[in-house]
Amino acid sequence: MHNIWVIAKREYKLFFISPIAYGLLFVTLLTLGGFLFLDILYATQTQAFVPNIQRTFQLFIFPLLFLSVPAITMRTLAEENRAGTLELLLTAPVTDWELVFGKWLGTFFFFVTSIALTLVYPLILNSIVDPGIDQGVLISGYIGLILITAAMSAIGVLVSSFFRNQVAALLVTFGVIILFWVIGSPAQLVDGVAADVLRYLSLTEHFYDSFLIGLVRIQDVVYYLSMTAIALFLGSISVEARRWR
Amino acid sequence: MIRVSNLTKDYGSRRAISDLTFNIEKGEIVAFLGPNGAGKTTTMRILSGYMPPSQGIVEVNGFDIIEQSLEVRRLVGYLPETVPLYPDLSVFEYLKFMADLRKIKQAEDRVDEVIEMVRLGDRSNSYIGNLSKGMRQRVGLAQALLHKPEVLILDEPTIGLDPAQIIEVRNLIREVGREHTVLLSTHILPEAQQVCSRVLIINKGKIVAEDTTENLQNRLTGSVRFRIRLRGDASAAAQKIGQIHGVLHAQAADTDLVEFESAPGQDVRAEAARVIVQSGLDLLELQPASLSLEDIFLQLTQEEEPAPTPELGQPEPAPEMEA
Repeated sequence: MHNIWVIAKREYKLFFISPIAYGLLFVTLLTLGGFLFLDILYATQTQAFVPNIQRTFQLFIFPLLFLSVPAITMRTLAEENRAGTLELLLTAPVTDWELVFGKWLGTFFFFVTSIALTLVYPLILNSIVDPGIDQGVLISGYIGLILITAAMSAIGVLVSSFFRNQVAALLVTFGVIILFWVIGSPAQLVDGVAADVLRYLSLTEHFYDSFLIGLVRIQDVVYYLSMTAIALFLGSISVEARRWR
Repeated sequence: MIRVSNLTKDYGSRRAISDLTFNIEKGEIVAFLGPNGAGKTTTMRILSGYMPPSQGIVEVNGFDIIEQSLEVRRLVGYLPETVPLYPDLSVFEYLKFMADLRKIKQAEDRVDEVIEMVRLGDRSNSYIGNLSKGMRQRVGLAQALLHKPEVLILDEPTIGLDPAQIIEVRNLIREVGREHTVLLSTHILPEAQQVCSRVLIINKGKIVAEDTTENLQNRLTGSVRFRIRLRGDASAAAQKIGQIHGVLHAQAADTDLVEFESAPGQDVRAEAARVIVQSGLDLLELQPASLSLEDIFLQLTQEEEPAPTPELGQPEPAPEMEA
């Protein structure tokens, strides 16, 4: 536990001396703020709809998380591997699992920080819309957002452990996230168990039909947590396998 | 302290080291000498717990390198060949991070202490990316010393340092070696002679010689060689020196240079100097002509059978996946 914390802390601090992190925070806040502003403007002019917080969640996941998760996680293990500092960490009294988990925890905290910054938008919206925004959707949406980020960044750390080249890690992470995003689609063409399995694996199904409409269902929470755990477990196997080559 | 028996490491089909067996006792400073690609780095990586051997047993202080890897890693301080540093951190931050990973108590005090040991006190808050190569090497060394390791493994510790720093680092190693066991690798024979009590010479993944530094040289040459620089007739001087009792062989190597070999165990330097001065020549220099590492290698490898697999002599492998 101590080692996980030490590694996570360093990882987290490193983001705030890296230009990539600030760039992503800038793009995230600009995009979300811009769309929210346009929504409010459009809604007041046309009176056709009430601006809602769901749109912020949807935008945050796609395209923002799709881009920022690979960009943030690509460095984690690939860069240590390229720079030779992995040799330092693998000869320190730290288990491979602690290393991978600590790396993930640091990036996860970074995403939680950036998610926390977006809380300003529901606050603004709440003060504009009458009678205020749906508190249930607000809470479930943020829980879902945090869970989906946990799973995605675990995939990113896993992929990063395969490479020494950050760009390769970025592209493959992007591909894997897209794969899990669309994996539910073929479910319409097949039926029975295969369809259920495909739907269950989908990152989308567990968010859009539950967290986004104000539900916090135990099966969805379990899904995201197990995706995170499996990816990190495979990540520690991958680091260990690196020793045997 | 370190027991290695029948250690073998394969990278795919290529055998990097084969059947190494050696022991290192507590308090010894041992040098690993060998050309590039001989298997020094591979052996050190195995001893540090970075990667497991393909075959063979390695024990550090009684702990098995595979079964009790964490215990071994707690005992070992390791400086890899490419110094593992985070350029975005300051010297202090980097060492503090490593001290925390090693669960050192009063980490900040110990970090300051180690920074003083490697004489980087005034650069403690500099980013590592802005340091010179020699300073980075010393930061790496500080990292290896942090937890007062029982065993210190240093892969080419003086590479890239200027002569003054080399002397400093050698002194530091000798100092540390009083209480700890040190294994270091080097290309440089005089370095091994100055710092180490014992030398393991490794070539093509095999130990080709193992002895104390003095014995090794004597055994290899079977005699002691000297070189005299003088002003005057070198060939006449060579003739006179050749007549001294105990001198096996003398010749004029140049117009002002005489080389001679004496039988082992006989010190003929005083006599040789007297002969030259008495014959009216000016003695400018008298020095032992030690064999270079290349000479020793030539001798050792010529005695050996030709290596069965020719690819063994290739440069040190990168075990990581290329991606």
